[in-house]
Amino acid sequence: MKIQLRINGRTKESDVEPRKLLAYYLREDLGLTGTHIGCDTTNCGACTVLLDGKAVKSCTVLAVQADGCDVMTVEGLEGEDGLHPLQTAFWEEHGLQCGYCTPGVLMSGYALLQSNPQPSEAEIRSGISGNVCRCTGYVNIVKAIRSASAKLAGAADDTPSESAKEVAASGKKSD
Amino acid sequence: MFPNSFEYMAPTTLAEAVELMQRHEYDAKVLSGGQSLLPMMKLRMAAPPILIDINSIDELRGWKEESGFLRIGALTRHSELENAVELRDRYPLLAETAVWIADPLVRNRGTIGGSLAHADPASDWGAAMLALHARVEGIGSGGERQIPMDDFFVDTFTTALEETEIATAVLVPKPAGRTAGRYLKIERKAGDFAIAGLAIHVVLASDGTVAEAGFGICACGPVPLRGKRAEEYLLGKKLTPETIDDVSRMVPEDADPEDDLRGSAAYKRDVLRVFAERGLSDIAKELQGEGVVG
Ligand SMILES: Cc1cc2nc3c(=O)[nH]c(=O)nc-3n(C[C@H](O)[C@H](O)[C@H](O)COP(=O)(O)OP(=O)(O)OC[C@H]3O[C@@H](n4cnc5c(N)ncnc54)[C@H](O)[C@@H]3O)c2cc1C
Ligand code: FES
Ligand code: FES
Repeated sequence: MKIQLRINGRTKESDVEPRKLLAYYLREDLGLTGTHIGCDTTNCGACTVLLDGKAVKSCTVLAVQADGCDVMTVEGLEGEDGLHPLQTAFWEEHGLQCGYCTPGVLMSGYALLQSNPQPSEAEIRSGISGNVCRCTGYVNIVKAIRSASAKLAGAADDTPSESAKEVAASGKKSD
Repeated sequence: MFPNSFEYMAPTTLAEAVELMQRHEYDAKVLSGGQSLLPMMKLRMAAPPILIDINSIDELRGWKEESGFLRIGALTRHSELENAVELRDRYPLLAETAVWIADPLVRNRGTIGGSLAHADPASDWGAAMLALHARVEGIGSGGERQIPMDDFFVDTFTTALEETEIATAVLVPKPAGRTAGRYLKIERKAGDFAIAGLAIHVVLASDGTVAEAGFGICACGPVPLRGKRAEEYLLGKKLTPETIDDVSRMVPEDADPEDDLRGSAAYKRDVLRVFAERGLSDIAKELQGEGVVG
């Protein structure tokens, strides 16, 4: 079956068998091996990607179901100026050991921060509860996501949005 | 891991989907969130020759209140109901339940229609919809029909839906007064199916007596079960420490748990008793204010 989708901002067209799962399509057909396959039974979250902005287990979505969708994988996190602040935070806080679960945890963490930029520790823990890590004990993963959240908030403060600049220029306070 | 090969069809209208189901009968299976069906197909426990993917059918999405019911489209994802702020006040049990289902990743795909049609004994939506005295709306060769929840679950993984019928919506009756809901669940690890789960729905009349009571039990029998004894007893009474105590001993009587890896039958019954007591005390506080209970 012919499918067309956007992956990390680029349009791809492919011909896939209906039974091919999205995780295998990404890894085998597109060479995007950042997405890991851990359990292959919908239990571990190593295969987490964003499908139209929502974090899902790509071992449990058919590639043909992603036709017309926007997919973001861990490879899509890095920007022109290097690693995403969430990735840097995992590095600094030792949010990984073997790294097998990491691409999935990063994608769940990214989705969480998109919908809730300042999550509490409990919200972080529930946000990543679909991702199993057998190494870290989660403490450093939680720390890394908190640190990323602070970094991203700091970055937002440093670079005021256009409307904030306008408000500042007109001398009005926006509270 | 790969499922057996199958033919894939993705109709964009309900009429088309119904037609495809009629044409292919036993060969066809509906694919909704895929969070139960695809894992089973990968393990080759299911091998339907044809998959009818309903994810592109917009008519099956979203919810609206109409003629005495909240109509929830079958394709509504668990996470959508978890986050539906506008339903919190009148249908609190929906978000209360949704947050307990699996993990955030499964909740972003899994649907309420798929969860009911799958008829797992541990279906959290099964327990909640029993407590809400809901109905499932289905469409097939005989046209449209509504199936009351009491008749919906026939046996483990078996519902009253015909082989070629598609569940289109769940109809939740509008509450006739101040409403509260609680979902209590114990699981072995985060995101797992329940060891035991209890859905509680209470509506109070203006004089403070119970106008509607609903109890739904999951993982304690071949199908999700309704706590009828407790419901009947509570109607017309006030929530007091005494009535709550009585009810909490009635709820386990309607359960039918077995000893298994998740726990002994006696343990599960005891969990249900504690859940009923805890949930109702909480509801009493919410609807009647502090101090009435305890
Ligand atoms: C790791 C994990 C943990 C889970 N934990 C829980 C849990 O704690 N509690 C819980 O309740 N569930 C749990 N689930 C199951 C999850 O809620 C599924 O989403 C749900 O059981 C099935 O819904 P679905 O939309 O994914 O259906 P699908 O997998 O697409 O379909 C399931 C079955 O229903 C049929 N079907 C689907 N939609 C329709 C329809 N509209 N009309 C007719 N037939 C239909 C399909 O043909 C199939 O036979 C878990 C799943 C996983 C993978
Ligand atoms: S590989 Fe997909 S959930 Fe484990
Ligand atoms: S770092 Fe090894 S599994 Fe998470």
